[in-house]
Order: sequence, then C-alpha cells, then structure tokens
Amino acid sequence: MSEQAKTSRRPADIYFFATCVVDQFFPGAGLDAITLLEREGIRVHFPEEQTCCGQPAYTSGFPDEARKVATLQLTLFPNDWPVVVPSGSCAGMMKHHYPTLFANDPARKAQAEALSVRIYEFTDFLVNVLGWQPEDRGGDCTVVLHTSCAARREMDVHLTGRKLLGGLNKVKVAQQDHESECCGFGGTFSLKQPEISGAMVEDKLKSLKATGAERVVSADCGCLMNILGHAAWKDKQEGRKTPSPPGEHIASFLLRRTSK
Amino acid sequence: MSARDRILAKLNAAPVLPKAEPDVASWYETHRSQESAADKASRFRSCIELAHAEVYSVTSASWLQKLWEVLSAKQIGKLLVAPGTPHGRQAIDELSPSGIECQGYDAPIEDWKEEMFHDIPASLTSARCAIAETGTLVLWPDADEPRLMSLVPPVHIVLLDASSIHNTFYEVMQREGWANGLPTNALLISGPSKTADIQVTLAYGAHGPKELVVLLIGDEA
Amino acid sequence: MSEHNLNFMPTEGFRARAKDVVENPFLRQSFRGAMDFLITKRAAQFPSPEELETLRTLGEQIRQYNLGKLPALLLQLEKNLIRNGIQVHWAETPDEANAIILGICKAHSAKLMVKGKSMVSEEIELNHACEAAGIDAMESDMGEYIVQLAGEKPSHIIMPAIHKTKEEIARLFNEKVPGVDYTDNVDELIQIGRRVLREKFLVADIGLSGVNMAVAETGTLCLVENEGNGRLSTTAPPVHIAITGIEKVVEKLAHVPPLLSLLTRSATGQNISTYFNMISGPRQPGEKDGPTEVHLVLLDNGRTQAYADEQLRKTLQCIRCGACMNHCPVYTRIGGHAYGTTYPGPIGKIISPHLLGLEATANMASASSMCGACGEVCPVKIPIPELLMRLREESYSAPHANPAMRGQGAGYSRLITSVWRGWAAVYRSPALYGVVTWLGSRFGRLMPSRQGAWTSVRVPLRPAPKRLRDMLKERG
Repeated sequence: MSEQAKTSRRPADIYFFATCVVDQFFPGAGLDAITLLEREGIRVHFPEEQTCCGQPAYTSGFPDEARKVATLQLTLFPNDWPVVVPSGSCAGMMKHHYPTLFANDPARKAQAEALSVRIYEFTDFLVNVLGWQPEDRGGDCTVVLHTSCAARREMDVHLTGRKLLGGLNKVKVAQQDHESECCGFGGTFSLKQPEISGAMVEDKLKSLKATGAERVVSADCGCLMNILGHAAWKDKQEGRKTPSPPGEHIASFLLRRTSK
Repeated sequence: MSARDRILAKLNAAPVLPKAEPDVASWYETHRSQESAADKASRFRSCIELAHAEVYSVTSASWLQKLWEVLSAKQIGKLLVAPGTPHGRQAIDELSPSGIECQGYDAPIEDWKEEMFHDIPASLTSARCAIAETGTLVLWPDADEPRLMSLVPPVHIVLLDASSIHNTFYEVMQREGWANGLPTNALLISGPSKTADIQVTLAYGAHGPKELVVLLIGDEA
Repeated sequence: MSEHNLNFMPTEGFRARAKDVVENPFLRQSFRGAMDFLITKRAAQFPSPEELETLRTLGEQIRQYNLGKLPALLLQLEKNLIRNGIQVHWAETPDEANAIILGICKAHSAKLMVKGKSMVSEEIELNHACEAAGIDAMESDMGEYIVQLAGEKPSHIIMPAIHKTKEEIARLFNEKVPGVDYTDNVDELIQIGRRVLREKFLVADIGLSGVNMAVAETGTLCLVENEGNGRLSTTAPPVHIAITGIEKVVEKLAHVPPLLSLLTRSATGQNISTYFNMISGPRQPGEKDGPTEVHLVLLDNGRTQAYADEQLRKTLQCIRCGACMNHCPVYTRIGGHAYGTTYPGPIGKIISPHLLGLEATANMASASSMCGACGEVCPVKIPIPELLMRLREESYSAPHANPAMRGQGAGYSRLITSVWRGWAAVYRSPALYGVVTWLGSRFGRLMPSRQGAWTSVRVPLRPAPKRLRDMLKERG
C-alpha cells in the first residue's frame, strides 16, 4: 500500500478493468464488484475496448505478444482516476510489469509508470482507499479464503481480503494449512506440467476442504477456475460422496453479505 | 591461451556494473546491541547449550577441579592436551596425579595418526574468544594446539575466558583486526558435531566430537 | 569425451519422472514433511520481518558488489592464496577441472580421496572421473555417503538423502556395509557411518572439499558444515583440494558474517552452523597437522555466460542455501531427482541452462507456476521468477544471431509461436476480441469436454453465456 494511496481522497470516478477471465468466465463476479463500488457512491467506468492485461504471454516467455496486448490497455484510462482490478494477478501485471515491459519505449514507459500508480487490486481499494467497513447482514457462515500468489507476493495485499472478511460479524474465516502455497494454476503451467499442477491443486483442495468451511472465497478468478474446476472433477470422480464446498469471488460474497 | 586467461577475458568483456560498497558496519550497529559482559556470557551460554554443549562456570582457580569432575563423570581416563600452553601444562601437572593420563600433542600427526583416531577419548584446548549472538567458540589452532585436537577426539573440552566474549562475529573480526592476517586455520565452533541427514532427525557425533564441554572462566557467581 | 558430456539431455524425461513421484503418495508425504520442517525452522530464525528484509538487502548488495568486481577479485584472491602457499588452478570446463584434480592425485600416487560435501564436484561428476582413473572417491557427508552407497545422486543440495527413509537406509547399510545388522535407529545409523568413514579419514591420500566463500583480501577459503567431515577432509589427509565456482569470491572478510548468517538461517534454520572453517594456508613449519599442500580449483563451466548479461548475472548471487527448494511447491511435489540436473529446484532451473545449455534444459523453465515463493525467501534477493521468464523467452524465441545463451531458441516452435501471435492479434484488437468472446459466450456449451491437460484433473472450461460487457449493457 503506497503512501499516496493511503492519503488519497475517496474518488468520485474509477475505471474498472475486469480482466479477460472475469469478462468471459466469471462475469457475475465483475458485476458484483461494480455493483458494490457503485453502492458506495462511486461512478464506475468500464472502458469497452479492454481485453486482457497481457500476462499469459508475458509469463510464458512471449513478451513481444504481451506488449502488443498491453499497448492497447495503456490507452484505455485517459483520466486520472484509479483503475480497480478484481484480480491480484492482473493488477500485478499492470502495476509492476508494464513499466518493465515498455523499458525500451520511453513514451509508453512513461504511460505505463503513470498508470502503475493508479492500479488497485479490488480488496486493497475497498480497505485502503475507501476505508470500507462491511455491515454483515447474513447468517452464521464459515468460509475459507484463498489468496493468489500475485496478490500475496507481488501486490502485497494478502491482508486486505482477510480484513474484509474479518469485518463480517457472523462470518468465521477458517484457517487452512499451507495457506500461502500456490494452488497450481500458473496460467500455461497448468497445461505444460499437468501432473505437477494437478498435484498442487489436489493438495490445495484437500487443505481447503479439511477446514470444514462451507465456502471458498478468493479475489482471483484464475485460482478459482483451477480450484473449483478440480473440485467439480473430484466430486464427479468420487460420485460426490463428500461434495466440495462451492466457491466464488470475494466481491460476490461481500455484496451478498452486505445487501439488504 | 590458458583457461585462466580465457575465463578472465570473458569476465573482462562483460559489461561493467559497479555497485556501491555495502555498509556492513551500519547494519550491525542498527541491529545488534552492545551487551554487558554478563549479558554476553549468558547469551553465549544459552545459545551453545541449545546446540547441545555442556557449559560449566568456573574460576581460574577451580577449572581443573571441574575438568576432573567432568572427566570422572564421563569415565574418561585419558586426555589429549597441548603441553606448550599454560593450561595444557597445568593439566599435566595437576590431573596426572589424580589418575588422568594426560597425553601431550607433541609430535607431528603422521607419527601417531592411528592412535589419534582410535585411542584418544577426549581433548582439552583453549578458545581464543567467543561470540554471544550465536553461542560460538573461536579457535585459532597453532603449532602448540593443533587443528585435530578440536576435531578427532569424541569429547572436546574447551577453556573459555568469559571476558573474551564478543557480541557478534563481525565485532570479533573488526576488534581483532582479522583482515590484517589470519592463521592457517581459524575455526568457529558452535556445538558438538551433528547431522540431520537421515529423515531430518537430529543426531550428534556425526564425524567430529560427540560432546562439547565449555569451562567458562570468570562467570561464577 | 567424458561421460559428463554424453549426458546430453538431463531434463529429458522430466515429466515422466515428475509423474512417478507425484503418483507416489509415500514420497509425496515424505518430501512435504521434510520441506515443512525446514520452512518452519527457517521462519523461527527470522522473527523480525524488518531484520530479515534489511539483511537480505545487505546480502544482495554484498553479492552484487563483489560480482561487479569479479575479475579483479579473482586476481586478488589468486595473489593472496599463492602468498599464503595455496596453489590456484583455473578450469573452464568440467573436463579441465577433473584433469587438474586427477593430475594432483597422480602426483601423490593417491588411491583414496575423501570428499566433504561439494556440489561443484557433483557438477563436474568428479566421482566418475576418479573411478575411471582408479581412485576411490568416497563421500563423507552422511547424506552424500548414503546416496553414494545407494548408487544415486543427491536430491537436495543441503539434504542429499532427503528422499530416503531411515528404513531404506537401514536396509542399505545392512546390505552394503560389511558386518552391519539391520537397525533403523537414526543414532545407530549415524554411528555406523562415523565408524566406517573414520577409517577412511585416517588413511585417505587426498581430501576434497567445496568452498562457501573465498575471501580475496586475506586469501581464505571458508567452509560451512555441521558434521565435521568437511574439517576432517580439509585437515586429516596430506593434501587438500578445494573446488569452487568463480562466483564465490568476496572482497572483504567483513562481507562474510552477513552472508554466513543468511546462509545458515535460510538453509537449515540454524543461527549458525556447528563449524565455520576458515582455511588460509597449508601446514606451516612447526605445525603438527593440517595438509602440507592446499589447492584451489576455480571453475567456470558456463558461469561467464551468465556473467555477461546484466539480468542473468543475478543468477550468480546464489549462496546455495536451498531455501528456494524448500519453499517451492513444485520441488515439494517432485523432489530433486526428477529435474535430472545437479542443482534441482528453482536455483537449478536458473543456473543449469548456463552449465548445460538451453538445448539440454529447455523444458525446465516451464516447470514453474511463477508463484514467487522462491524469490520471496531468497537470502540474496535473486529475482528467480523474473529470470525464469527470461529463460522462457530465450528458449521459445526464434534462434537469432549473437544469443545471450548457449541453446537460445532450443524451445522454439513455429506452431506455439503462431498460437501466441494469433492470441495477440485477437487481444490487441477490441473488435476481434469482441467477436471471438461473443462467439465463445454463445457457443461455449459446445466447447469440447476433453480439453487436453486441463481436463486431466479438472472439469472442462466453458465461457459464461453472457460476458460481463453484455451484462453491463443489459443492466443499462
């Protein structure tokens, strides 16, 4: 959390960068995040031309292709408003890797640096910019929180999700073993090393289930896609003897818990 | 061109990326406090005891008595000592009459290597100084008190003057000016030999001494 | 040509080996348990996040400062070692290093070499070279001894036998060590090793060791260890040969304490190792023990390639603590042998391509989820994930002139490259993206139920029937 962010006033307008995964696979999570922000009296702008941050190509060793895609995103946020991203991983790409990606292109590098300071991961924005304190309107519930590696290590926002859930009176947050360990997604890693990725998500699901939590929440849909995809597969394999808990983006959970 | 020339040529052809000299001194100033002699002694003691060493507080008058007690308790009848040192001499003079065979390390190892490896149950050396932060003994083996004394016998007994305990390793080398010259072998010893190589289970006496005994002079209450 | 060079594709079969471990619940549990143990011990050594962070920064600065002066420091080291009576040798390749060591052995008509733990000696496959020359090279680190007795290789750079249970070791000793009955008591097993190796230290002609740091200003070789076998290897035999990579030199003695502290705390969670052995010369006149000859072999083996590139040079900051392995979710799942390289885990992935060429290690860099745990714990702040991305780029990009690395383009595939180009064409164009994702949302139900590797342990991916942008439009 930067000093600049801590002292920034509550903005009237923000941009929302949904990420390609949310746009295509978890649109409900994006809508819930936007609804929640609007309920706080913020005008949320969704640049229609947004696509993807470029991270899949970047981490796969194709920086030229990543740069082409990132170049488009650089142009989408002309006003000096915060850019809220419902993913630590994509936010990390835009905040920390864009300046490196454009290191040899002075004009775009300057743009990337100017954008970088305006990038906020969704839970970080709620806690540290809005100072949002949720009022819990739901019943007793135990959840377990999975934080993505990028949120934890790149964005350093692993505490904000926990803080938000902690503010919900009737929600108990279960503690899983090996909390900080990767779920095994890693973008193309899951395709290139399916055995290792499979072992990682298998262990992750076991840890999450062992808590007995009713629900898995995460601020990253990439991890959810992996964990929930494996959970559904496992349930099918085992004939749903001990069905895995459902999971959702933290925005959806927070919105539901705080809605009248 | 020799391998040396080729390696150096490749290194010299690489981009020069000079970096500022790291400020080791100020890290230690900020992160390690200067403790009192008593605090240093107790920190040293608790650290090295945690590493499985036995520590006894003695005085310059009582250490031989304690040494005898330690040897008796361990049923050790033979002690390797350094006859060229005052403490080695004292041990020979005072322990021999009470039934401890004090063998002097007075010949090159080649003359008695087999005996050293098979027939020496314990040794006595001094420590040059010690480090409180990590519970570490500093030894500078020399012609009188050679290297293998602190390594081959299964029990190593060390005489340490409590007033020579420093706060940190960094402080030792700075105060003693180690950069100006080191002996052929300088050693930091922080407990008896150990290993966790089998199923991360700790076992003592891997190759070096199984037991390390420190006679801490001057710290007796 | 030595056997070393014939071992051309060490990472070939990586996936198959990884699969074997992943599907072995016993091994899985055993690695997990051991890594958890080391993670917990390390964490206990760094109670203050501020101290950890500032010390890591200091460690990084020390390593970068010294690498910045590397050629000059190597010369200073050489000068001072020679002044101290230590003979210095330079080797560009493993073959050269082996030839130097065997030459020294031959000059002394050596029959038995006892070895302290040295990963560089594994790197050059010295044991093979010795065997071929009729010299018995005996590992003396307990873990290395066990691994050698089993005819295997280390699976971890700090804990070489971490993959073996005490029962397996008990059977191994019972089978291979004359006169030893089966016992799975760890203390007894260690005492058996002690007894066997003591006899070897007594009669060995040569002691071989690695080096953790070489101090240029004093001409000193520093060794970190717990067992005492390193001290015995460097003290008991008449000749001591040390071998190290050229990157291990530091200019000043004052650089040693912070690195030592970072090393032992990160590696095994000890505030200091049992022994820190500083060797500044052979036996002097009047001294009664210690080797009468001390040699240092400085090995390049691809390190100069890493050195030539500003980013890749950071690889050489490594102090070989193994913390990146202990914290790596991939290493934890597959152990060290699956990698097929001397150095496994995250550090192995970034150093091996320099030692062996990208052509031999092309698929290593892909075996990372980029979780960043390695970079987070590295005591000298090597940006391992960043280097992995660079290696992926070097491997997958089309071969070009003046590559930064041997084997650049080894992983190049026209098909994969065109897939990414196609991907970029869609995602850089709002119009194309609009069409493609709209089609996906309308026809997502038609996505195949088998989606290659993804569906091996997951249900198929299907786009939602409406995209977020559609939902927003509908909402108005």
